[in-house]
Amino acid sequence: MKTSILLTVLFLILGPLVGGLITGFDRKITARMQGRQGPPVLQPFYDLSKLFAKQTFIVNDVQDFLICGFLVFTIFTGCLFFSGGDLLLVFFALTLAGVFYIMSASSANSPYSSMGGQRELLQEMTYEPMVLLSAIGFFEATGSFSVSEIITKSTIPAIAYTPGIFVGFLWILTIKFRKSPFDLSTTHHAHQEMVKGLNAEISGNMLALVEITEWYEKVFLLGVVGLFFMTSAWWSVIVALAACIVAYFIEILIDNVSPRVKWDFMFKSTWIVTLVVGGVNLLILMLMK
Amino acid sequence: MVKVSKSPWLLHYDGSSCNGCDIEVLACLTPVYDVERFGVINTGNPKHADILLITGGINAQNEPVVKQIYDQMPNPKVVVAVGICACNGGVFKECYNIKGGTDTVLPVDIYVPGCAARPEAIIDGVVKAIGVLDEKREKMRKGAAE
Repeated sequence: MKTSILLTVLFLILGPLVGGLITGFDRKITARMQGRQGPPVLQPFYDLSKLFAKQTFIVNDVQDFLICGFLVFTIFTGCLFFSGGDLLLVFFALTLAGVFYIMSASSANSPYSSMGGQRELLQEMTYEPMVLLSAIGFFEATGSFSVSEIITKSTIPAIAYTPGIFVGFLWILTIKFRKSPFDLSTTHHAHQEMVKGLNAEISGNMLALVEITEWYEKVFLLGVVGLFFMTSAWWSVIVALAACIVAYFIEILIDNVSPRVKWDFMFKSTWIVTLVVGGVNLLILMLMK
Repeated sequence: MVKVSKSPWLLHYDGSSCNGCDIEVLACLTPVYDVERFGVINTGNPKHADILLITGGINAQNEPVVKQIYDQMPNPKVVVAVGICACNGGVFKECYNIKGGTDTVLPVDIYVPGCAARPEAIIDGVVKAIGVLDEKREKMRKGAAE
């Protein structure tokens, strides 16, 4: 009980700091991969403080409310996860947060914003089956949906039973992290055909809130990656952290070597991957147990 | 103190440029010059931008566009005219369809002459623009305090 409260508080305080640092290292490594020097590691925090100092254009009242909903439910998702709550509830809360973001984009009367909203909706439809399969995979591997029980009751990490589901989860992580080739709705690169979609109409401190939310989300998603490697042994934390670093590095690499694809390719390929690696893995698990 | 200067985000608009200056603007983002090391991002979205880079002269068709882009940028903001055409119309100055430089419609803060403006000159202009941006931010803060 005490550790779950401690972890929740740590997530609330350190979440944005860690997320921002990850983003900073991401930009640095990306630049180095492209043969550039790159911005300082603390650049995301400079960007954030600048955004808070800028004037904010409020497109409509609903949008601000929806963005706050996006922030609150993303934090709720993370808190629930790090306090050891139910994995299904965690993923449903994440979906709800995503829906808030889509609605905020669709509420603005701008073609780019609504195009971003539609694409994000497609992305959500694309990755959601794999997210659910991951939760079921954890249940089949460890016999529980509860994050704390998955960790405390297992002596063998979940990855031993769910390698296919892990690969599927890495696949959709590319969508969730808004990395090329699946950065359809909004991107961090200036060379794409639509650069800012989802957050095109968001400015000033509202954009800063969106950035913070994405940092929280990043930390939470890496937490799920780590969960695949967690057991009741204390040293599994080190393994999980190493796995997170490797997973994120793979995402950066994929981001830099692949061009953006069209939505139908993203949709088809992700569902095929979900069905083949996730579905088959789950089938074998069910038959073996 | 919060400083805009550490994260200036650019918006690049091609007025009626011959594309020479635009290529030089984009050259600033390449590994050779890499403006991202100063935190510069080419946003492509006026609502996220701090610095408006305009290349080419102003004509009747792009005048409302330029004005609208400028209005959509949140304060504090600066305008940089890149290339001689954006500064005063350049070789197209006497053309019947050209109004002149960017300053005929917008308050320009920094002029970067050249045909085409060299990447070094553009980066120098952007760095000067960052200084102006900080001044404007300071004024905005004082205005809000009063």
